[in-house]
Amino acid sequence: MVEFALPANSRVQPGKLFKAPAGADKVRTFKIYRYDPDSGANPRLDSYEVDIGHCGPMVLDALLKIKNEIDSTLTFRRSCREGICGSCAMNIDGTNTLACLKPIEDVKGDIRIYPLPHMPVVKDLVADLTLPYAQLASVKPWMQTQSPTPPDGERLQSPAEREKLDGMWECILCFCCQTSCPSYWWNAERYLGPAVLLQAARWIMDSRDEMTGERLDALEDPFKLYRCHTIMNCTRTCPKGLNPAKAIGAIKERLIERRG
Amino acid sequence: MSTRSRPLSPHLQIYRLPLLAIMSITHRVTGVALVAGLFVLAWWLGCAAAGPESFAFAQDLVGSWIGRLALFGWSVALFFHLGHGVRHLLWETGWGFDLPDAYASAYVSLGVTAGLTVAAWGAALLF
Repeated sequence: MVEFALPANSRVQPGKLFKAPAGADKVRTFKIYRYDPDSGANPRLDSYEVDIGHCGPMVLDALLKIKNEIDSTLTFRRSCREGICGSCAMNIDGTNTLACLKPIEDVKGDIRIYPLPHMPVVKDLVADLTLPYAQLASVKPWMQTQSPTPPDGERLQSPAEREKLDGMWECILCFCCQTSCPSYWWNAERYLGPAVLLQAARWIMDSRDEMTGERLDALEDPFKLYRCHTIMNCTRTCPKGLNPAKAIGAIKERLIERRG
Repeated sequence: MSTRSRPLSPHLQIYRLPLLAIMSITHRVTGVALVAGLFVLAWWLGCAAAGPESFAFAQDLVGSWIGRLALFGWSVALFFHLGHGVRHLLWETGWGFDLPDAYASAYVSLGVTAGLTVAAWGAALLF
């Protein structure tokens, strides 16, 4: 359902200001979405003045500095700090991206940080990803075969066949694209979303997979696939430079082709 | 685990929509506007069929400055919807998903919108 306004319990209130320490080198203000599930209060926007003269270059470095030195209650996911795990996906300066790959310098003015959009918030910048994970499982993102496994080795693929998977296997499932899509905002219950459809395409295009027909059958639905209106926020936001919109277009093409 | 309902994170309120997304929503808005315009067209045709007096009345209304403004809006909507519709056709053929192509086609369709609008009104005012 399209609902432009936030529900009453989700409206963001003004928050606290944490001033920079005296003698700070180079101060930037980070405005960060905070939500404490234990307090029962509405989410708020706290401001942190951070001395980025003594901080790493990326937004994640600043978040860690805040957590270590200013406010240990700030909660966010992070792991690899090099854009391969997808944990620190969040909305920075109005666009979804990975905090570890986003240079502070790229943002003009205050650096505004929110959790991934239109998702239930567990705490602060941690969004509940249960739904997209369940949707991912629903497209069976693994190789399915019917023929017996070759006795003397693995299932082979030519370099040309393998090349078709480029631009799809690299997805790290950070769900930046998924939660950037207005169509997914309004129809998350029924539309699979760009990240999940990219994974569906990855297995549909795999020459070794033998359940292509069943996979296409499962997607031929007015909502699961066809809620994509080529808005292209997904492609615009992907921190890995992948193109979910193109993959969705390719699935639609396969569906038309097989109709003959 | 707490089952108290979780807040919904901000979306439209904070998302910086890129040009491509704005083109997409404009396509939908202009589509709705054109459907409304269709009723006006039907009404105008009805007036023309009903006789000279009602036709003169319709012409007065359409020719007033507010009528012309609405017509101008509808003409922009029509040409935008046309241009963006062609983008959708190109996407159906598999072309235009790479970001440089998507932006190029967006700018071309905006140019076409402006060009056709100017041409149509130029022709209307000259002849």
